[in-house]
Amino acid sequence: MAAVLLSFLVAPIVMIVIVSFWGATEYSIYPAFQFDNYEFLFGSSVTYRVFLNTFKYALITWAFTLVIGFTVAYYLAFEIRSLKWQIALFLLCTIPFWTSNIIRMISWIPFLGRNGLANSTLISWGVIDEPLEWLLFSDFSVILAFVHLYTLFMVVPIFNTMMRIDRALIEAARDQGASAWQSLTHVIIPLCKPGIMIGTIFVTTLVMGDFITVRFMSGSQRANVGRLISNDINLLQYPSASATAVVLLITVLIVIGLLLRLVDIRKEL
Amino acid sequence: MTSVPKIRYSRRSLLKTGGAALAASALPAPMVWGQSIRDITLRQFGTGVSNLNEVATKVKEDLGITLEMTALDTDSVTQRAATQPDSFDIADIEYFVCKKVWPSGNLQAMDASRITNYDKIVGIFRDGKLTPESTIAQGTAPHTVGFVEGPGGTEFVNNESGWMTLIPTIYNADTLGIRPDLIGRPIESWSELLNSEFAGKASILDISSIGIMDMAMVCEAMGEIQYGDKGNMTRDEIDRTIAIFTEAKQNGQFRAFWKTFDESVNLMASGEVVIQSMWSPAITAVRSRGIPCVYQPLREGYRSWGGGIGLSANLSGMELDAAYDYINWYLSGWVGGFLMRQGYYSAVPETSKDFMSENEWGYWFEGKESTDDITSPFGDKLAGAGEVRDGGSFYDRMGAVACWNSVMEENQYMVRKWNEFIAA
Repeated sequence: MAAVLLSFLVAPIVMIVIVSFWGATEYSIYPAFQFDNYEFLFGSSVTYRVFLNTFKYALITWAFTLVIGFTVAYYLAFEIRSLKWQIALFLLCTIPFWTSNIIRMISWIPFLGRNGLANSTLISWGVIDEPLEWLLFSDFSVILAFVHLYTLFMVVPIFNTMMRIDRALIEAARDQGASAWQSLTHVIIPLCKPGIMIGTIFVTTLVMGDFITVRFMSGSQRANVGRLISNDINLLQYPSASATAVVLLITVLIVIGLLLRLVDIRKEL
Repeated sequence: MTSVPKIRYSRRSLLKTGGAALAASALPAPMVWGQSIRDITLRQFGTGVSNLNEVATKVKEDLGITLEMTALDTDSVTQRAATQPDSFDIADIEYFVCKKVWPSGNLQAMDASRITNYDKIVGIFRDGKLTPESTIAQGTAPHTVGFVEGPGGTEFVNNESGWMTLIPTIYNADTLGIRPDLIGRPIESWSELLNSEFAGKASILDISSIGIMDMAMVCEAMGEIQYGDKGNMTRDEIDRTIAIFTEAKQNGQFRAFWKTFDESVNLMASGEVVIQSMWSPAITAVRSRGIPCVYQPLREGYRSWGGGIGLSANLSGMELDAAYDYINWYLSGWVGGFLMRQGYYSAVPETSKDFMSENEWGYWFEGKESTDDITSPFGDKLAGAGEVRDGGSFYDRMGAVACWNSVMEENQYMVRKWNEFIAA
């Protein structure tokens, strides 16, 4: 186990950190120990804007996936009584995952386009006269795709914790005269915290590390940190890509660190 | 439905053939002189534009040489030519890449006296002039990186020294693509790309080295910037160019940026975009879906590019001879005809004439009205009778080149600014 972690996790990260201090020419990289890459990264206002944008995507996506994911999980866990149906419906949620997530994402493009299904339907209903431009190649379409792609990562852990809540607790709450809302906020949500936290970690890390969704759904017009890295790689600027990757890694670790302080997952599990 | 017969390899047969292969590679028979050119395999790599399987099939048929093709994107092509000299025999690269690749010493100069059709190669690749009266465009014009002083030469020379870096294979003049049905008026200048009339319906390609040139064509056409050399901008020129486009981007001029060929086709075909930087086969692809699309000639001229094949420094003996045979075959006409019927140009157009019908030659090269349907080599109908090629004849189009794709001295600075533009 230690050997696997060492060779497939620790060693690559160490390599990235080392290369982030190297230099690059047009078509090659050379070993060095210089801070140029970091200097340029922290010296450019674009970096801060892009990091801010990355956080914005993560935060908004998190809020939507949480609300939708919690609702779905709640329905599955508490409204559906038979275990057979619970399993059947849960599997139904996973069906979209049988196709590649790039395909699921790209299929939004013709749907949301200027002459796409969404616009032509709205026009035929008389809701709008002109096609809505912001449906595609905008922050809206990026976040829509993120929510679509990652909600399941919220559903699964929340559903899992909900299934383990002792039903007697909810009955006890009802016997004590708690309304449905009160038992939700005072009993169910607190007991679901570990599931919510795991889902949150999944969604945040996936969104912060993404580059392809942002590229396709924004028509290359928006940027997040992942895109900065992928641009550098395409232009053979590996050291600069590594430096950005290191900063992103540290940022994500800080975020996760903060999240873990809110809930002690290990104890709750 | 046909069923694929299952082939079963028994462990024994694998062992047997594997063992034989092992023995063959471990104990090479000393029979190199007995080897004929028909047994030779050449490994070629390049971009998808000219790495066509049809070429490999045809060369096998005509010469017996086996050509193994690898298609990569522009950036990976540069990387491989510069860093993995053992992985190829023939490099199919763009002229502007020469500046990056030649110093690595991975390619060897070619002896022009061994190229049968050398004298018929278009002037652009020899002295830089299409016709004796032509002026030479800005950027990395192919002839400036086309020759070195001798067999081991490392410096480019500005004359026909007899030692070539690349043999030109394919080239074209690029301009903006438009949807005439959605625009409904004539488009004559590069500056239209930033015309607010097309706000939210314009696009530019997100490949920095080419995109910056298109930007420069636009800024110059608008009268905003006068460039010393668009192919070799100063930092100040780069800053001002990017600033103009960043402002346009923030005002919502662009619908999207594209990076791959397919993206540009889809943007145009779906009507998301009505004016954008485009490549000639992409126009063809849109048209073959029955959607009107024009490769619009503009008064400021074209941005041009050219590719060629270079020989690996590792080639020698029989393989080198085979490579020369391959190059001579390449220029002898069949490939040229194949490429020209897709809208590209061949380095030796006159040999290609024999491999095209009179109608095709008239349409693609001479800019004449077609007398019958024009179809691509793959069978798609590209134009009907009575149509004229956008931009006209070879001399009209290649004679109006304003600038060649290039690598700037300030390339790294430009790339960083480009990243900022995308993120802005």
